Amino acid sequence: MSLLTCKEFLDGLTDYLDGTLDEEFRRHLETHVNECPNCWVIVDTTTKTIQIYKGMEPQPVPPQLHARLMQALEKKMSGSTR
Amino acid sequence: MAGKRYIEGEQKKRGCRDMADISGREVAFDESLLVAQAQDGDVHAFTELVNRYEHKIYRLAKNITQHDEDAEDVLQETFLKAYGHLNEFQRHAKFYTWLVRIAVNESLMKLRKRKTEKTVSLNETTDADGETVTREIAVWDDNPEQRYSREELRRILEETIQSLPPIFRMVFILRDVDGLSTEETAEALNISVPAVKSRLLRARLELRDRLTKFFKRKSDDVFAYL
Repeated sequence: MSLLTCKEFLDGLTDYLDGTLDEEFRRHLETHVNECPNCWVIVDTTTKTIQIYKGMEPQPVPPQLHARLMQALEKKMSGSTR
Repeated sequence: MAGKRYIEGEQKKRGCRDMADISGREVAFDESLLVAQAQDGDVHAFTELVNRYEHKIYRLAKNITQHDEDAEDVLQETFLKAYGHLNEFQRHAKFYTWLVRIAVNESLMKLRKRKTEKTVSLNETTDADGETVTREIAVWDDNPEQRYSREELRRILEETIQSLPPIFRMVFILRDVDGLSTEETAEALNISVPAVKSRLLRARLELRDRLTKFFKRKSDDVFAYL
């Protein structure tokens, strides 16, 4: 397989980041990343983007909203219309 | 709660010291047990499932509708519908994926009712050409998030993700934030696996591009790409 172009690198980026590429294509992609500074930046900053968002915990549901939800559920459960 | 009581019983039997001793597989089993109990009419088991997932469903609804009141309605409707249709849930499926599917449908209905420009179709075709969204090429700090306070960082991340088109935002939230697999995301959104992959690529690159102005290393200027 010849050297990858930047376009081919981008096409394989999602599978690369998810670890679902076959071994041979992964090696070609890593060779390209090691030789292309711009694509190295793309891999590095996209990885950091995912990590930063992964670390963002959802905020708790406001207590009043939770209470309203539970009240609506209790009403439904007591009617037991399932 | 029923699930917790069951786990504690299992822990005693197995000599486990605390919750951390329970493997992910057992937690998944715990969820199946809760769902089964809820299907058998145990309201406490269903309440436990609500407590477990309400914050994620609320975040998803807010992200799709971008409207607080609509998101509150979606949260309520999702769990009311889930309870009402609990017996239709297939036990081999993942409960959270099933909930997401209900929440996505409810959210899209809200958008349609508002008839705003935000109205989206999940089947909308997208051009996922990555090269169009790699405009900003600059090195980031090693731990760029540490440059901001927790509140500032949350605001930056939320505003940035809200600026994405909904079809990309939904896939990114489910796949990269909630940790659903590609297949589960496809199932939850009722779209194909290739569609999930192409939208995920576009979402990741768009976010990366938009966050670069906040996180790039101070000394590095943007340099031309290609």
